[in-house]
Amino acid sequence: MALDSKIPNGPISDKWTDYKDHINLVNPANKRNIDVIIVGTGLAGGSAAATLAELGYNVKAFCFQDSPRRAHSIAAQGGINAAKNYQGDGDSTFRLFYDTVKGGDYRAREANVHRLAEVSANIIDQCVAQGVPLAREYGGLLDNRSFGGTLVSRTFYAKGQTGQQLLLGAYSAMNRQIGRGKIQMYNRHEMLDLVVVNGKARGIIARNLVTGELERHSAHAVVIASGGYGNVFFLSTNAMGSNATAAWKVHKKGAFFANPCYTQIHPTCIPVSGDHQSKLTLMSESLRNDGRIWVPAKLEDAQAIREGRLKPTQLAEEDRDYYLERRYPSFGNLVPRDVASRAAKERCDAGYGVNKTGEAVYLDFASAIMRYGKEQARIKGFDDSDAALVKKLGTEVIENKYGNLFQMYEKIVDENPYQTPMMIYPAVHYTMGGVWVDYNLMTTIEGCYAIGEANFSDHGANRLGASALMQGLADGYFVLPYTIGDYLAKDIRTGKIPTDLPEFEEAENNVRTQLERFINNKGTHTVDHFHRRLGKIMWDKVGMARNAQGLNEAINEIAALREEFYRDVKVPGTMDSFNQELEKAMRVADFLELGELFAKDALHRNESCGGHFREEYQTEEGEAQRDDENFAYVAAWEYKGKPSEAVLHKEQLVFDNVKLVQRSYK
Amino acid sequence: MNLKLKIWRQKDAKDAGRMVDYNISDVSPDMSFLEMLDVLNEDLNNKGEDPVAFDHDCREGICGMCSLHINGEPHGPDRGITTCQLHMRKFKDGDTIYIEPFRAKAFPVIKDLVVNRSAFDRIQQAGGFISVNTSGNTQDANAIPIQKHNADLAFDAATCIGCGACVASCKNASAMLFVSAKVSQFALLPQGRIEATERVLNMVKKMDEEGFGNCTNTGACEVECPKGISLENIARMNREYLFASLK
Repeated sequence: MALDSKIPNGPISDKWTDYKDHINLVNPANKRNIDVIIVGTGLAGGSAAATLAELGYNVKAFCFQDSPRRAHSIAAQGGINAAKNYQGDGDSTFRLFYDTVKGGDYRAREANVHRLAEVSANIIDQCVAQGVPLAREYGGLLDNRSFGGTLVSRTFYAKGQTGQQLLLGAYSAMNRQIGRGKIQMYNRHEMLDLVVVNGKARGIIARNLVTGELERHSAHAVVIASGGYGNVFFLSTNAMGSNATAAWKVHKKGAFFANPCYTQIHPTCIPVSGDHQSKLTLMSESLRNDGRIWVPAKLEDAQAIREGRLKPTQLAEEDRDYYLERRYPSFGNLVPRDVASRAAKERCDAGYGVNKTGEAVYLDFASAIMRYGKEQARIKGFDDSDAALVKKLGTEVIENKYGNLFQMYEKIVDENPYQTPMMIYPAVHYTMGGVWVDYNLMTTIEGCYAIGEANFSDHGANRLGASALMQGLADGYFVLPYTIGDYLAKDIRTGKIPTDLPEFEEAENNVRTQLERFINNKGTHTVDHFHRRLGKIMWDKVGMARNAQGLNEAINEIAALREEFYRDVKVPGTMDSFNQELEKAMRVADFLELGELFAKDALHRNESCGGHFREEYQTEEGEAQRDDENFAYVAAWEYKGKPSEAVLHKEQLVFDNVKLVQRSYK
Repeated sequence: MNLKLKIWRQKDAKDAGRMVDYNISDVSPDMSFLEMLDVLNEDLNNKGEDPVAFDHDCREGICGMCSLHINGEPHGPDRGITTCQLHMRKFKDGDTIYIEPFRAKAFPVIKDLVVNRSAFDRIQQAGGFISVNTSGNTQDANAIPIQKHNADLAFDAATCIGCGACVASCKNASAMLFVSAKVSQFALLPQGRIEATERVLNMVKKMDEEGFGNCTNTGACEVECPKGISLENIARMNREYLFASLK
């Protein structure tokens, strides 16, 4: 099967407008006869559900949490990008497009990224109209901050809770439609299979997580908005329940899975504290606006700090190595995430780590506090040479900007980050790979769409900060509502899809068999036991730096672990009741397959790009070395019964508007 | 640390439920409270006993999924946090810890420590929104300047995570803090004024129908709220409600 990305013809800046002018539309009376299923209620799923319901479609939305408001988009902290150029600092649609393609290390599809940049400004307008309280300046206008990989301030924010505010905006839009009866909301439900009838996605099998009952739901189209698969690493910044099951089930039913090895390891997370650790906590990238990253310049100082004999605040300026500012003078602390993470790993591997495990660097706000404090003192007419006063005023500014993040840090680490530098280390955060989609966001199964983090499309091999919120809302509010209409226009005479078709019967039986298998297995180890072991293999061999030998080992180890899991996992309780262990078992079963494909993809990609770093392919300075001649393509994998037998399909990436160069942030 | 746990166990919504004693040893002070429960569950699971069901998801204090009444307080003894952000360093060796679900008529127990909070969703569905369709044609976001002070107050109200601690802490199981946070957010913004009258009337009506009690100004909700939502929001909602009723 040849991959057709269905990119419209014409100049890049006209493609989306032309496309919208020529697609098929569904008249309002007919929309009432069409059902759409949306799995997941984060920024992408929530905004899509609300918009499609506003348009008149009958929407059925599913989330495994107890309310759509709990989807993990809620935890996004720093901000959302939009090419508004409110700061007049030279931003434009093209620049946002260019930064995103470059930031993605030239492994994203130009047409999709340009469309994303085009609709970005609409997102801010829409959210403000919904009453989302984005940060404002004293003049009453919206404020911006900077994020990594850009030279302009285009990030809109709401303190360190931007994701929460945007998600609650989408949730409020959903609520309006739930109240009108246009969205039927299924909380505490998990999609466990896709139903395909005559080659088209026509429904899902979902499990009611309270009663355990299996339910059949039919629709004219199915939208997967279930987020990313970072939890394949066990420890990540994802929520405990974040999982790949919906995406993996559509993959097994025929949707290709693209670039699984593109994973974002976020540079600023709170370091691991012990074996009991269940998840990792992010400290927003926005902190790099004001925080300076450093390690001791001398090995003996690093050792003294690790042993508790020296405090970071005692170390003189000249004994500190601000390694990002040293290596990348033009972007400094605001280099993209992949670059910052590798640089932290490099210093820690060289022995300069600053916590007990040797895996932490400092993020220091002392100089920002003094800088802001002096500015405030001058504005208020106080003496700016009074150090104590300046520190107090500066601390207030920092608290105002990042207060909730500092509080989170203090609660977890039990240290006051206003007084001593934060300790941070990279952690798995986001997955750029995902279900392959064409320009319409349709997967290789007709009528099955994937949006938001669940698809692969816009971020290439590395996502820039504040771009995930932008993509989720762009897909849901402004892209899918057009593209899905073009498809559904052919379905106006189909009528309701019956759920007693043999395809529903078969899918339901398969799900029941899997559930029974776990309940009856009576093994000796818990689901978490296997999940932790999978996570360790992934982190050690498929993590921040990868090589062929490690990847080959990982592939074998994961396959063996999967066998052991099926033989020896122990799931208590019953199928027909509230059973959290059973939920986890179903999710980990899918991670155990995905992890292997992930490693296989990483092994086949003989280059380094963005979040995929192969030790064999690096420049003399240790930067990622791409191979554009052989690898400027999307790797889309077709399921053939086992991850080891997955078949590779290539979508060649064409760059007409951006010149491919070695990415430099020096 | 070694601890004694007394945990509410209830098979399902119909079961009467009871407190059950557990001992747990080698608890690290760096563990979060939920990680401590993970260890207990791993242990119960290995012994062939049914693990304790509890709600949780983001484990960073923002999704609002975790709950728990710990030693008589929603989200436990620390302030300004959710249960997932509570760390075991707040307890000491030998302590006995009582762990119960959030208790309110409007929050029926599903299993053990898991309760059904969908009444909150239904209140939001009654009016917790601004009726603006997605079109791409709304006016420019900077067309209406908003005083920073009001924008900040609206933001503070909007940080509510819908966890239900306010209800669980209230002797009347009142949801006034929760409802007033949403009413306030929109009442403080020009975009929200258009529908202010219907919003406050509809949301309060729904709140009463769902079986939440009334507010008697004891202020426990504000103390226990993990996001520090202020009682001023309740005053603002009362004002909004009074004006709306007189229209």
